[in-house]
Amino acid sequence: MTDATRTHDAGEPGPVVTTPPEEGGAKHAHAHPSEWEYVKIALVLAAITLAEVLIYYVESLGNLLNYILIAMSLVKFALVVLWFMHLRFDSRLFRRLFVTGLVLALFVYTIVLSTFHIFTR
Amino acid sequence: MANVTHSVTEGSHHELQPAHPPTSTGLSNEKVAMWAFLGSECLLFGALISVYLLYKNQSLQGTISPIDVYDIPYTSVSSFVLLMSSLTMVLALAAIQRGDHRRLRVWLLATALLGATFVGGQVYEFTIFIREGLKLDTNLFGSSFYALTGFHGAHVTLGVLMLLSLFSLSLKGRLPTERAETVELVGLYWHFVDIVWIVIFTLVYLIK
Amino acid sequence: MTTVDHKKIGVMYSVAAFLFFLIGGIEALLLRVQLGSPDNTFLSAEAYNQVFTMHGTTMIFLVVMPLSAGLANYLLPIMVGARDVAFPRLNAFGFWTFLVGGTFMYSSFFLGGAPNGGWFGYAPLTRSMPGHNIDYWVFGLQILGIASLTGAVNLIVTVINMRAPGMSLFRMPIFVWMSLVAQFLLLFALPIITVALFLLMFDRQFGANFFNAAAGADPLLWQHLFWLFGHPEVYILILPAMGVVSEILPVFSRKPLFGYQVMVISGIAIGFIGWGVWAHHMFATGLGPVATAAFSASTMFIAVPTGVKIFNWLATIWKGKIRVTAPFLFAVGFVTMFTIGGLSGVTHAVVPSDTQQTDTYYIVAHFHYVLFGGSIFGLFGGVFYWWPKFTGKMLSDRLGKLQFWIMLIGFNMTFGPFHILGLQGMPRRIYTYPEGRGWDFWNFVATIGSFLIAVGVLVFMWNVWKSRKAPLAQEDPWDARTLEWSIPSPPPEYNFAEVPLVTARDDWWRRKYAEGPDGRPSRRAEQPAIVGADPSRYALAASTGAVETESEAAAGGADHDGDHGAHDADHDEHGGEGGAEEHGHGEHHIHMPSPSYWPLLASLGLAVICYGLIYKFLPAVILGGVWILGSLYAWALEPATEPEPPEEELSPSRELEPVSQG
Repeated sequence: MTDATRTHDAGEPGPVVTTPPEEGGAKHAHAHPSEWEYVKIALVLAAITLAEVLIYYVESLGNLLNYILIAMSLVKFALVVLWFMHLRFDSRLFRRLFVTGLVLALFVYTIVLSTFHIFTR
Repeated sequence: MANVTHSVTEGSHHELQPAHPPTSTGLSNEKVAMWAFLGSECLLFGALISVYLLYKNQSLQGTISPIDVYDIPYTSVSSFVLLMSSLTMVLALAAIQRGDHRRLRVWLLATALLGATFVGGQVYEFTIFIREGLKLDTNLFGSSFYALTGFHGAHVTLGVLMLLSLFSLSLKGRLPTERAETVELVGLYWHFVDIVWIVIFTLVYLIK
Repeated sequence: MTTVDHKKIGVMYSVAAFLFFLIGGIEALLLRVQLGSPDNTFLSAEAYNQVFTMHGTTMIFLVVMPLSAGLANYLLPIMVGARDVAFPRLNAFGFWTFLVGGTFMYSSFFLGGAPNGGWFGYAPLTRSMPGHNIDYWVFGLQILGIASLTGAVNLIVTVINMRAPGMSLFRMPIFVWMSLVAQFLLLFALPIITVALFLLMFDRQFGANFFNAAAGADPLLWQHLFWLFGHPEVYILILPAMGVVSEILPVFSRKPLFGYQVMVISGIAIGFIGWGVWAHHMFATGLGPVATAAFSASTMFIAVPTGVKIFNWLATIWKGKIRVTAPFLFAVGFVTMFTIGGLSGVTHAVVPSDTQQTDTYYIVAHFHYVLFGGSIFGLFGGVFYWWPKFTGKMLSDRLGKLQFWIMLIGFNMTFGPFHILGLQGMPRRIYTYPEGRGWDFWNFVATIGSFLIAVGVLVFMWNVWKSRKAPLAQEDPWDARTLEWSIPSPPPEYNFAEVPLVTARDDWWRRKYAEGPDGRPSRRAEQPAIVGADPSRYALAASTGAVETESEAAAGGADHDGDHGAHDADHDEHGGEGGAEEHGHGEHHIHMPSPSYWPLLASLGLAVICYGLIYKFLPAVILGGVWILGSLYAWALEPATEPEPPEEELSPSRELEPVSQG
């Protein structure tokens, strides 16, 4: 975050620009997906969705089905968050804000549902 | 204006964006706020999803349960529509970032239409369910299903309204390239609504 | 009505909170009159239910939270060296929404009866309570929740993103840190109660089944959702007050806070662990041994960082050069009373003993010791401490000390006996009790004590009234440590004439004092300037020649010196919407965000919708919805500030960026 030890000429006026926006800069050669890459990701999302629906009808999987479906949705989730929402390329701060909420939700609701014995019914 | 470039060279779209007032992190206040808000929304939808998971098969009254009403092929088309709207959203952002306002409007409108289609599809789905006897007050399943999907649908609707607002602002020339971040922020909200649906589609419709 | 200035909004929050404090206090007195003797008929059972529900709801949501918000609103931007919060109009919206929510809830008294299901509104009971009482509670809290959520986002962004150069996170005052943790707790906890309230609303308005046991609903669902919010909520209530104490004690011990980093980390730890303890409110509900054991352990665990803080406060005072002032007394009162409350809390963590204590007056004792002896005392300390900052005048320290002792005695007289009554088996939430149970004497004592507290509050009000005529006080009257004292009191609208450059923790102190050869602080020969201060109010610095008025700094007119400082709050309203506030001081041009009436209008729309929903009056719902959407739309399209004036008006050494849009 901010540069705590930055020295500042006492006479220097005006706003001090701190660290430049992390999205910019030539060093991020792969920083920004091209439109075509976005389309490719969308195709992957569509494919996974199709696979989810097809697998849904496979009876022989039993309980395994649920885990596979959850895994697939996690992949879709990650693709949208990391690429479409640009979280992969953006400042870590955004990731922390979002992940905190996400992890907290998973944590507390898993515990609540456990007390209702939902996982052992 | 006709703009033929499709790939975005690194940093070029950033030159179009003037510096924000200096912030401690170099990031814009609005973007930090939006991500904080989205973190908060995880708790909101998490609660609704948990209530659904708890109650979906626990109804003591009303004979209707998920397996009776769900039309998976129908809902998967709906899901596909919403997923594609995320694509159009991100294309809209790319368009304004490179100054292509015509394309921006095309993609904004496309996103709004896809979103509206999704909501329309949901409304239709609800009317079918209601006709089959599943209402908010029917049983636990009905209450928790409508609460969860209703909340989500309301979020999508608000998103569509925001998208249409952006569209009309752009038409009036009030959404210049310097304000690309506004599109980005609406986009973040929109994608979030999409990922919530990704979770809902699996946990509500597909999981047995 | 249109202000977006965080300082004015902070004052508005605090004044409104104090008014609600009086109302909540009167409610408490009513309860105590009713319970002062057995078989009393002063309040009927129904009346009692409404009064005790509103007492709790008021004190938590309409007093402690907004008072903490008021202090945070006023101080956080200044303490981090900013000119306002990140989103000034959103800030105004938060205040008006809070006021609308509180007023809406209280309107119920005139519209059929106030909420009567307890401040915790347990369903399934509340899903079927007749009348609209509970509906007012549900909708009122939703409105208040919106206010707090917007405030949380605003303050989080402000602290993360608008710190002055050099103000790293670990140089921020502890009050900023504790408030920040509280805002994060709000951010993540509010959605949970929002859902719970919506589910209850669906049950009541539309016949949904979330809490309908006959339909298979689990009676514990409400309790989980509520306490998932409710427990972080109590840390939201206490952390800012802890922050206040951490500001006050160092100043009046003339020592830095002992273990700053540990204090920060403990605060964060409390915030974290606080998410893992909620079911300790449910030990008697049949969760089963595994769950209760786990939550018992986590609850004990949370006592650790809390205890660390207490020891650090003690170490701060230890061997300090103590000045016993009113703020100091309130801060010490916090530490002692909160410790007592914390100790009873530890006994609750032990499941078998809690099984006896729960739903008795022992619990009531615990939370009043931490919330009144803790939060309220701490916040009063903050009010006394920062009063000269907000108003430029001092409250009478003599009266403040008198108030403290009266309140301390009255408080302990009221709530001390509750421990005994609880262990004697007196249940909570009863409107009367029969003679001969052995509860009469302590109930009577408690009632006397409560009126003594009221006397203390009257002393405070007298103090405030008297101080209106007091002369303006010296700048930095406490010889304090943090940035807010480096600007005039009261501050000019733009806070800092020059954005400060921070080089250390307690930067203001460091600028005044060097560390002497014996380790004791030694006053520097040249004292730092308070730009814009009236030299006659900054005697020490003036005598060392360090007073620099803005006119001297910027070759402007002499009438600008301290000008903005002495004006009271309603001076700066330049009604127009969209007109920028420009402050020319010589060649300064500091752009502040323009006032706006959209936040207020949007808030009112919320009330319209809620009334419509309660009375099932669809036109109002639609009108309210359109009203809100329209206001938000207009708000979004209104520019936050006027565009920058042409270049030649700006002195290059003073040009400053406007605060961000919002």
